[in-house]
Amino acid sequence: MTLLRLPARLLGGLMLPLLLGLTAFVVFGPLINLAMWAFTEQWFFPNRFPSQWGFAFWERVFRPRAGAWEALYHSVTVALAAVALSLALAIPAAYALARLALPLRSLIMLVFLLPQAFPNLPIFVNIAAMFYGLGLNGTLFGVVLVHSLPGLVYAVWIATAAFSAVDRSLEEAARNLGAGPLRTFLGVTLPQALPGLIAASIFVFLDSIDEFTGTYFVGTPDITTLPILMFNASMGGNYQIAAITALILLVPSVGFMLIIERFLKADVLARIGR
Amino acid sequence: MTPNAIAILRRHGPGLLLVLPALAAIGFLYAYPLLRSVIFAFLDTQGGVTLAHVSRALAFYGRDILFSIGVALASLALIAVVSITIAGYLTLGATPWAVALLRWLYRWPLFIPFIVAAQTARSFLSRNGLMNSVLMELGLLSPAAAQSLLDWRGLILTFAWKQVPFVTLLLAGAMASLDRATIEAARNLGAGRLRCLLGIVLPQVRPNLLVGLILSLVVIMSVLSVPMMIVAGNPTMMTAMMAHRVTYYGDYAVANALGLFSYLLTAFAAWLYLRTTLAREVRR
Repeated sequence: MTLLRLPARLLGGLMLPLLLGLTAFVVFGPLINLAMWAFTEQWFFPNRFPSQWGFAFWERVFRPRAGAWEALYHSVTVALAAVALSLALAIPAAYALARLALPLRSLIMLVFLLPQAFPNLPIFVNIAAMFYGLGLNGTLFGVVLVHSLPGLVYAVWIATAAFSAVDRSLEEAARNLGAGPLRTFLGVTLPQALPGLIAASIFVFLDSIDEFTGTYFVGTPDITTLPILMFNASMGGNYQIAAITALILLVPSVGFMLIIERFLKADVLARIGR
Repeated sequence: MTPNAIAILRRHGPGLLLVLPALAAIGFLYAYPLLRSVIFAFLDTQGGVTLAHVSRALAFYGRDILFSIGVALASLALIAVVSITIAGYLTLGATPWAVALLRWLYRWPLFIPFIVAAQTARSFLSRNGLMNSVLMELGLLSPAAAQSLLDWRGLILTFAWKQVPFVTLLLAGAMASLDRATIEAARNLGAGRLRCLLGIVLPQVRPNLLVGLILSLVVIMSVLSVPMMIVAGNPTMMTAMMAHRVTYYGDYAVANALGLFSYLLTAFAAWLYLRTTLAREVRR
């Protein structure tokens, strides 16, 4: 019996590393392929791997008039403006949803969820048609507005959770000591909710940096953001430039995700959606 | 105003005032475009009601609608199987280092934007992509048999690659909060790990799995970059066809009619979910 089991055990022991190796290849293989393209100078079909490596395309992407700097500038400005607009709308709303008496509170929460609960492509198509009439197509402001729709959803939900995690007794103590409602909010509530609000800002920022569909309908061809630049390069068959742009897009996503756990604490996370 | 209305206003006024700007933004950027998309799907040029756009959408893009449904279902099936396997191993796995490694490994695609995922798939799954290269180096694939997966298979693989971590995260979280006692009891009575997963763990986390799959369906029906970058030509996803209709013909009516089908599909999935969960609630 034990003799029979031994080879099976050995096989089982090999199976696990093999499966994990396969998982690692599935997860990282595409990313490694992307990184390879970013440093490729020549790679034609019969060759299994690039025949010439180098930084030539990096220089080409970052040449002053190549469009990458402009796309980066557009992406960052739009993302910062979308964060500002979403948070400016979401903070008062979230405070009210977390703290004040509201009729139909759960219905209002549901309204702030709907944009993520249904396919949004027809929405972007119709926003583009509306913006065309308003002269907002092809403007930075139009792109900021369209990025603020998903942004507002994230911001309201996370900020509501952040405000409901704030200790009420501290606010009451401040009020008892004679501070007005605004002073209490700015001095007591806001600093305590700040990590959650920063987390909300990070989500809005990332979503805006990576946003493609809305920009495609509202911004192009006048406004080129990094995702649009990457898309155009890829569709034009220029895989090196597409790969380099994609790597640039990965920096904020991976970087922010590594630090987000510091801002999105468990007590806030547990309150999302309540 | 009646004293009653004044009392309501005094009680709810500040809250409503603070929520109003955000609600107005949702109204302008979501509710109005949503209404517009439904109304314009049925409106002819004279302002009358017509079914012409819907029937044209069906006639021109019926194949794409079926293709989208097929790709979505196949993606969801793959997502479900892989997520259950990974989450199950994370919960029931007996080799600590392997569990820790897998936990670190599976999350990565969650952080990768869709547009980047589409580009990685475009290079990885192509005929001279890294996948074929590695298979050839290992001697598992002859160069003559190498083919590009950039068609429906590429769509399914890319959607699954991107959504598996999300569904796994939901599932593993739900599994971790289950009562360990029943699992231990079943294990002690001799149930294998697979039987334990399918018979005891999975039925308890079914609602979480369904929520993850429905949210993934919405994503699959919304993402434009993946079908545009992976599939060249026909048939393709409805999303790519809607964009095509708008950018090349300026035909918003047929695009909106196509949009109706994507709403209907997700609404049908949501209805199925509600029906099964409500039936469970009633049985309890």
